[in-house]
Amino acid sequence: MDEALLRGLVPRVIGVLVRRGADFAAAEDAVQEGLIEALRTWPDRPPRDPQAWLVTVSWRKFLDLVRSEDARARREEVTATEPASPVSTATDDTLQLYFLCAHPRLTPASAVALTLRAVGGLTTRQIAAATLVPEATMAQRISRAKRTIATEPLNRPGDIATVCRVLYLIFNEGYSGHVDLAAEAIRLGRQLHRMTAHPEVAGLLALMLLHHARRAARTTADGEVVPLPDQNRGQWDTHLIAEGIAILQEALATDQLGEYQAQAAIAALHADARDAAETDWVQITEWYDELVALTDSPIHRLNRAVALGEADGPRAGLAALAALDPALPRYTAVSAHLHESDGDHAQAARLYAEAAGHAASIPERHHLLRQAARLNADR
Amino acid sequence: MKYLMLKHYRGAPTSVNDVPMDQWTPEEVTAHVQFMNDFAAHLEQTGEFVDAQALSPDGTFVRFDGAGKPPVTDGPFAETKDLIAGWMVIDVDSYDRAVELAGELSAAPGAGGAPIHEWLELRPFLTETPDTTA
Repeated sequence: MDEALLRGLVPRVIGVLVRRGADFAAAEDAVQEGLIEALRTWPDRPPRDPQAWLVTVSWRKFLDLVRSEDARARREEVTATEPASPVSTATDDTLQLYFLCAHPRLTPASAVALTLRAVGGLTTRQIAAATLVPEATMAQRISRAKRTIATEPLNRPGDIATVCRVLYLIFNEGYSGHVDLAAEAIRLGRQLHRMTAHPEVAGLLALMLLHHARRAARTTADGEVVPLPDQNRGQWDTHLIAEGIAILQEALATDQLGEYQAQAAIAALHADARDAAETDWVQITEWYDELVALTDSPIHRLNRAVALGEADGPRAGLAALAALDPALPRYTAVSAHLHESDGDHAQAARLYAEAAGHAASIPERHHLLRQAARLNADR
Repeated sequence: MKYLMLKHYRGAPTSVNDVPMDQWTPEEVTAHVQFMNDFAAHLEQTGEFVDAQALSPDGTFVRFDGAGKPPVTDGPFAETKDLIAGWMVIDVDSYDRAVELAGELSAAPGAGGAPIHEWLELRPFLTETPDTTA
């Protein structure tokens, strides 16, 4: 059974049910039930027309849900008195679902869960497993999210920037166990890119493809971090890199720069270099200037200090760092790296050890400890 | 029965082989990490592993400070408190087995490749229905 194909049908089927008069929350519940039924029966009895099958079964589930509720009369009244939603194509419905699931009133965690379910077609159990949250907690989170947006109509233009942010959150959730959320975010990003010509959607897709292309080289078999200069570039996926760069170039040609395009441009410059020494740090620094101008984000200023340290030397990087808040995440690690480049190994070792104490992940902590150990062992 | 093995940043008695980790060689760090991974993998195979998590050292004590007021945080006394570095939950047949496993974990290699002999805190879980089978 092609699970990706099945999942791709989910947002379209939700759209059909909503156009027939179901509210979003009920339609989404019904399609989930239909989906679980499909996962159970399709391996033995594959349908001739998968979409028609899922529509039929989900509509039946929806009618069951409506009948079982006391509020049936009220619901029918609401459906009868509301103006009919405009007839639209399946593509438009899917796009509206993206906007609804990334609604600004939802918390980021809820938007991620709802997007994975209603647009991505994952089951609650799969989402729970992929995000390392108990299934009961995830079911509650999704119900709450649906209540929050229950009264939002499905035919309003949405905020593409919010959708992009949610997809990037899903991408960065990484992967664990059966469901690869990075691959899922790319699948949804491709779908979104087909539906809308927005250059930032293209920028986001390019960024995800370029990061994904390097994934195999970023960690050892034991899960330890391999820093960019030490990565085996032969393990980078050149097809994904070429695809990401092509999509990025088309987006840049529209001359509507946004932060995802700028980030993708930096990732593309790294991906383009045959070895670390060949990296075009001058251009990367210029892209960070663009990013800082677009977002004014202290994190981008911090990354700019790293790039500047490579382009103009560690002293320039340290000077840029001095203007930033030492409480920033990774500030101490960056400072350690720049001091090491500058030849001050004692200070660098001390800073690496301090940075290890504030690391955000176990592999990062081990990596920083090893850096400190390496410098201390050399002395 | 389930036991919690607590690893301390601060608060436990000093370990025998007490050298800060950044003073080890990179190979010693790698060997230590490998030991911890192998230990958890082994317990998964014996069916005794439940959960393990590491914690950041940036802990804060927080207390209710009366209605309508923001909670109090512990302010400048951060250096005096006991700090947990992480935990492992095991599900074993007996207290003796829990002690045995904690002993194995405490033998993780440190500086010079010698066991750290660090003190791990072992705490039994309280269950809803106490184990009363004789």
